[in-house]
Amino acid sequence: MTALAAAASTGEAVQFWVLGVVAVIGALSTVLMKKAVHSALSLAGTMIVLAVFYLANGAYFLGIVQIVVYTGAIMMLFLFVVMLVGVTAADSLKETLKGQRWLAAGCGLGFGVLLIAGIGNASLNSFNGLGTANTAHGGNVEGLASLIFTKYVFAFEITGALLITATVGAMVLTHRERTERARTQRELSEERVRGTQLPPLPAPGVYARHNAVDIPGLLPDGTPSDLTVMRTLRDRGQIRDVSHESLDRLKALEQRSGERLGRTAEPGRTGEPDRADEEEVAK
Amino acid sequence: MNPVNYLYLAALLFTIGAAGVLIRRNAIVLFMCVELMLNACNLALVTFSRMHGNLDGQIIAFFTMVVAAAEVVVGLAIIVSVFRSRHSASVDDASLMKL
Repeated sequence: MTALAAAASTGEAVQFWVLGVVAVIGALSTVLMKKAVHSALSLAGTMIVLAVFYLANGAYFLGIVQIVVYTGAIMMLFLFVVMLVGVTAADSLKETLKGQRWLAAGCGLGFGVLLIAGIGNASLNSFNGLGTANTAHGGNVEGLASLIFTKYVFAFEITGALLITATVGAMVLTHRERTERARTQRELSEERVRGTQLPPLPAPGVYARHNAVDIPGLLPDGTPSDLTVMRTLRDRGQIRDVSHESLDRLKALEQRSGERLGRTAEPGRTGEPDRADEEEVAK
Repeated sequence: MNPVNYLYLAALLFTIGAAGVLIRRNAIVLFMCVELMLNACNLALVTFSRMHGNLDGQIIAFFTMVVAAAEVVVGLAIIVSVFRSRHSASVDDASLMKL
């Protein structure tokens, strides 16, 4: 409690300079990282450092709330949305307005200089410290509670209305109306029997090589069959076609062996006749 | 160390967040930069509370946290619904003012 007097102790100074650097690095990497996941993790680090600063400043309740609410809830919500939305969506580097990034960086620099110069010009040398305020009602949490429920009680209740509104808003925004009636189990079974494909669909994959669901089975003539893969994967374009893979691998093997033979035995030959012979054999 | 250094740090973090809002295109990263600015303001408010020796600054910071939580919930819901209709989280793509 005595550390909350006007001047900070040496330990707090060391803590400030060490963790302040961490906070600034985290903030910079939030802005500069290409992937949104990395930005979110950097921002979580910065927020934890800020929680330590709140604790050092005597705001014990806010320090804990910062960790629980910000890094625990809000940043995890960010990570959920990043997983839902943005992992594949790369940030476009194309500039819509020409030179906007450099202009924005210059504006930010000027803004920061103005802000910091303003703080430097203000006479902020008298710090009262929170020692008396924290002990007036028995502690930091009790002091905050007595203020919230007396002086700021109206704002506190408005806050409740705000939270309810935000919850309802999020539900309304993310709710998707069903445009067509869901098919019942009876309709599904009837459709299955009356369709053209009565037996079970053929299995995906090529036996003895790949049997993953994203690999279409091959018909006797070597062409992939559309019946064997899910429609969702086909619509997404996530199907791997392996019908040429064995031929390609054979070709690469022949080329490698041809190069090696050409290099070791006869530098003049490149292995072309060998491959032609082998192709004839394969035919 | 004078505790006014916390104010310098808050100003620096706010500036970084503001520059990030101007520079980045991904809507989620924009939201993160806004959160960074709000956090910087909270640090300044807590430091002011220490400066004046009363708890009002911490109350304001507490309300800022509540409002930030509500803002994040609604903002991320908007991002998700825009992404559903456009398949993009870039703010440059949402320039037609219709879905």
